[in-house]
Amino acid sequence: MKPGDVIQFSTRALWGYPTRTLLMILAMAIGVASVILLTALGEGARRFVTNEFTSLGTYLLIVLPGRSETTGGPPPLLGETPRDLTLEDALSLTRSSAIRRMAPITVGSAPVSWKHRDREVSILGSTADLFEIRHLSMAQGRFIPAGDPTRGLAVCVMGYKVKTELFGNQSPLGGWVRIGDRRFRVIGVLAKKGQSLGLDMGDVVVVPVASAQALFNTSALFRILVQANGRDAVPKAKKAILSTIRQRHEGEDDVTVITQDALLSTFDRILVAMTLSVAGIAAISLSVAGILIMNVMLIAVSQRTSEIGLLKALGAPGAHILGLFLAESAILSLIGAGFGLILAFLGNWGLAHAFPSFPITAPIWALGAAVLVALLTGLVFGVLPARRAARLDPVQALSRR
Amino acid sequence: MIQLADIERIFQVGDETVRALSNVNLTVHQGEYVSIMGPSGSGKSTLLNVMGLLDRPDKGIYSLEDLDTTELTDDQQASVRCHKIGFVFQFFHLVPRLTSAENVELPMILAGVDPAERKTRVQAALSSLGLRDRAKHRPDQLSGGQRQRVAIARATIMQPDIVLADEPTGNLDRTSGIEVIQILEDLNNKGMTLIMVTHDPNLSKRASRKVQLVDGKISSDTGGS
Repeated sequence: MKPGDVIQFSTRALWGYPTRTLLMILAMAIGVASVILLTALGEGARRFVTNEFTSLGTYLLIVLPGRSETTGGPPPLLGETPRDLTLEDALSLTRSSAIRRMAPITVGSAPVSWKHRDREVSILGSTADLFEIRHLSMAQGRFIPAGDPTRGLAVCVMGYKVKTELFGNQSPLGGWVRIGDRRFRVIGVLAKKGQSLGLDMGDVVVVPVASAQALFNTSALFRILVQANGRDAVPKAKKAILSTIRQRHEGEDDVTVITQDALLSTFDRILVAMTLSVAGIAAISLSVAGILIMNVMLIAVSQRTSEIGLLKALGAPGAHILGLFLAESAILSLIGAGFGLILAFLGNWGLAHAFPSFPITAPIWALGAAVLVALLTGLVFGVLPARRAARLDPVQALSRR
Repeated sequence: MIQLADIERIFQVGDETVRALSNVNLTVHQGEYVSIMGPSGSGKSTLLNVMGLLDRPDKGIYSLEDLDTTELTDDQQASVRCHKIGFVFQFFHLVPRLTSAENVELPMILAGVDPAERKTRVQAALSSLGLRDRAKHRPDQLSGGQRQRVAIARATIMQPDIVLADEPTGNLDRTSGIEVIQILEDLNNKGMTLIMVTHDPNLSKRASRKVQLVDGKISSDTGGS
């Protein structure tokens, strides 16, 4: 028998029972579409998190006061208060060659008022380098000028949202706002930028770090952002930070350094695992479709007993019959997979429209894998009915009407 | 030439063993016209199935053109069925979803004949049986006689040496029954061996050789060796 004839014969056989065939194609299509869509969602989540991290800045290390390592060692018996991170600690870090930039950060909350308008806003105390490290951009004016970080200039840069709420459509540049009990001159407005890891850069006011420390009456830093001199320099920078701080803190390792890569790769691993497990759940629906195919093919074999007997009488060996029924399952699976792909694309498109900020795209491997798994399911679950057909006794098959 | 020697076929029905065929010896030469008669349950159909290689005898030797068929594998038997034997059934056994032409084409598809050649052969076969205008009809659009003619066209499309007919007129009215028999006899006149199972004595009379089966044994044989 020629391959073309096998395909034609099987297709004709499928067309002979349209309802049955359409139902099976539907089941297969739903299976394939759910595999692709769920994988796309998982992959979208992964990309979303990756984007969030890169918007934090590149080659970033974050220095936090206090040890928060969870591995090894018993917890300290005497509650020891970690030393604060100070601006001097931060400045000493810049001496390492592995470190390109550094931005100390103090965070607090204070009322900001202009004329009669008043708002409670997060105040971010930092230096000029924050601009580069966090990839910020300006809508108007300029960022906090470089200069001696220990000197607190009375200038501030507003987030876009704060500016709109306080100044409306007027230009705030040159205006004086009151933050807490001090007055600051507005020198710039940050461009609109999405959220990054919880902190909305539109809803902050940035002031020089020394000013913020004076404002909140503290010498402690919330954290230090450090940008390493390239990807390879990240571990070196981490070491440099730890040893510098240890020297300055009388031999105590009382800071935690988080590298962006470590965070990113952890999240990446978690999200890849999530994507795979979600895809696995979806694969169950594929196997359900496979079982459906098996059931319906078994019914088809008993419905077409006399046809099978006839084919044998006409000189078809068992292998031909096996091939014919397997071809039917395979064609069903492939057509189902085709419709599944269309369904998945529609779903993808719909989701992309509903949630434009969520980067949903089905990875290519998922498309291929879904179709392959569909075909495999069809073949595996098609074997049992096909074998039953091939083994049918022609005499009995023909004696029935 | 068909040579059956000491053929035995036993069925197990529940606790009972039924000897459908026992000690059957029969030689049919190429071009003979044989009718097989007998009461129901006498083993007629089983004999036909054994000769058509659809059933294997439990004992004995069946040689077809000096080839011991009991030694053949299933696939080899299928190939013999495909090229040397044509079946005509009481219930026609046409594939309902296929047209007449496609039904006739089926054996050639199974044999892997080239599509272009298939078309011309189907056309010729249908025309010679007066079914030219029924080529695109499905079996449910045909009369009983037309269906059986399509079945005959299908049985003979591979130009077999032997046509085995199991009650070919059993489901037909008299007129179309006679028509079908005449077609089969025409084929026989052209040299095909025709072996027909029937329980109609009038049909049986037309055959040049009549074999009577009783309880799985040949009780009378008008020709023979």
